[in-house]
Amino acid sequence: MSAATNQRVVLEATEISRVVSRISHEIDERTKSASDVILLGIPTRGVALAHRIAAKLGEIQGRKIPVGSLDITMYRDDLRLRPARALMSTEIPAEGIDDKLVVLVDDVLFSGRTIRAALDAIGELGRPRAVQLAVLVDRGHRELPIRADYVGKNLPTSLDEKVSVQLSEHDGSDAVTIGESE
Amino acid sequence: MKHLLSAADLSISDAIQVLDTAAELARISDRPVKKLPTLRGRTVVNLFYEDSTRTRISFEAAAKRLSADVINFSAKGSSVSKGESLKDTALTLEAMGADAVVIRHSASGAPHRLAHSKWIDGVIINAGDGTHEHPTQALLDAFTLRNHLRNNSGDLSGVEIAIVGDVLHSRVARSNVLLLSTLGAKVTLVAPPTLLPVGVESWPCEISYDLDSALVNKDAVMMLRVQRERMNASFFPSVQEYSRRYGLDKRRAAMLAPHGIVMHPGPMNRGLEISADVADSGRSVIVEQVANGVSVRMAVLYLLLGGAEISGELA
Repeated sequence: MSAATNQRVVLEATEISRVVSRISHEIDERTKSASDVILLGIPTRGVALAHRIAAKLGEIQGRKIPVGSLDITMYRDDLRLRPARALMSTEIPAEGIDDKLVVLVDDVLFSGRTIRAALDAIGELGRPRAVQLAVLVDRGHRELPIRADYVGKNLPTSLDEKVSVQLSEHDGSDAVTIGESE
Repeated sequence: MKHLLSAADLSISDAIQVLDTAAELARISDRPVKKLPTLRGRTVVNLFYEDSTRTRISFEAAAKRLSADVINFSAKGSSVSKGESLKDTALTLEAMGADAVVIRHSASGAPHRLAHSKWIDGVIINAGDGTHEHPTQALLDAFTLRNHLRNNSGDLSGVEIAIVGDVLHSRVARSNVLLLSTLGAKVTLVAPPTLLPVGVESWPCEISYDLDSALVNKDAVMMLRVQRERMNASFFPSVQEYSRRYGLDKRRAAMLAPHGIVMHPGPMNRGLEISADVADSGRSVIVEQVANGVSVRMAVLYLLLGGAEISGELA
């Protein structure tokens, strides 16, 4: 995350953990405790979130929820606008995604282009029964007809603001902040 | 870096980035759909002035898995056999809109000439030039070594490898010495004095004339093909004598470290530099090297061609 000025905290650690818990309950409710749910996090922070939701959902349902990661770099539509990026890891649970209910997990939903790329990536890995989307923060400004099924917090932003998600797995502590981008 | 011309152009972080990218891309081959859309609409030309099976097929497979359009050009059966110059061929390819040119040429320096000539705008990738360099071979060898000896991550510090045989005519040896030493491996070249190039003492490696002592406890040995087609003089008295002193047989393979692996860039002269039982033994990773070649070349194509055209950097 690049340095942004005038940071304002919009979600603190306790709120993030409450949001993760609520999303887990919503997934349980909306999928009617389906036993074929697979969580796929989008690197980097979506993966950490997916693991947290999987742990909570596993607690609720009393079983182990398969969780993996899905790197979407090679499917981006803006590859040629920037130098080539390093690839992240894709780990698909051993049972595969065919006929499963895949819940994509990401930290921030913005233009929707990441999710578009993720849907393309999923299409080449198999054919899930359905794909749903869970995000910690929806900051608006969609550029594609995509919406999330589970939203931690709707956060109205202006285009020149920058939303930054910190998670203890990567950043040492949990927080969602918003600030003007430099 | 816009082109890949020499293994010496790769810094340690560049090299590790290529290997890490290749490690991710290697997993594509386990998928039902072995294709990524990343280079859609890009054209990769395989410009091969010399015969090649695995390198050309490997580049072709790599480019196709990334959805690039591939044009294969071999000197045989083209205007080159009518006397067309490298410049005119390059201008033709440029006019056809080649985004990348993978070139193999019998003249050392041909890729460098192409890259610095302004005849062509695209990315140039050296797929072997004369007796000079073959950087993607070195990358796939480093990938294979890292996969077996370093759990597919980080560099190769502490790895000890012997590269044995016809170093004089080998672009593979030169590129490997440069790249493996960049990655921290300790390389020993083993060859008869007649098959070592002038100036080899300035290479970042050790030199030995005795195979038996050089093999003891090595983590890997790479046998080089005896390139008889490039030999215009007698470099050793007889095939039998070469094979006896510098060939890898079962007895010698057993001198490696217990986990030691046997590599060969191919094509092999079975019975000359390597015996058939060693080539087919459990230590041999020769077939794996070919499979890794596709992943590594995908990584190179992606890193050079996948990003913005202006900077297009390996960074």
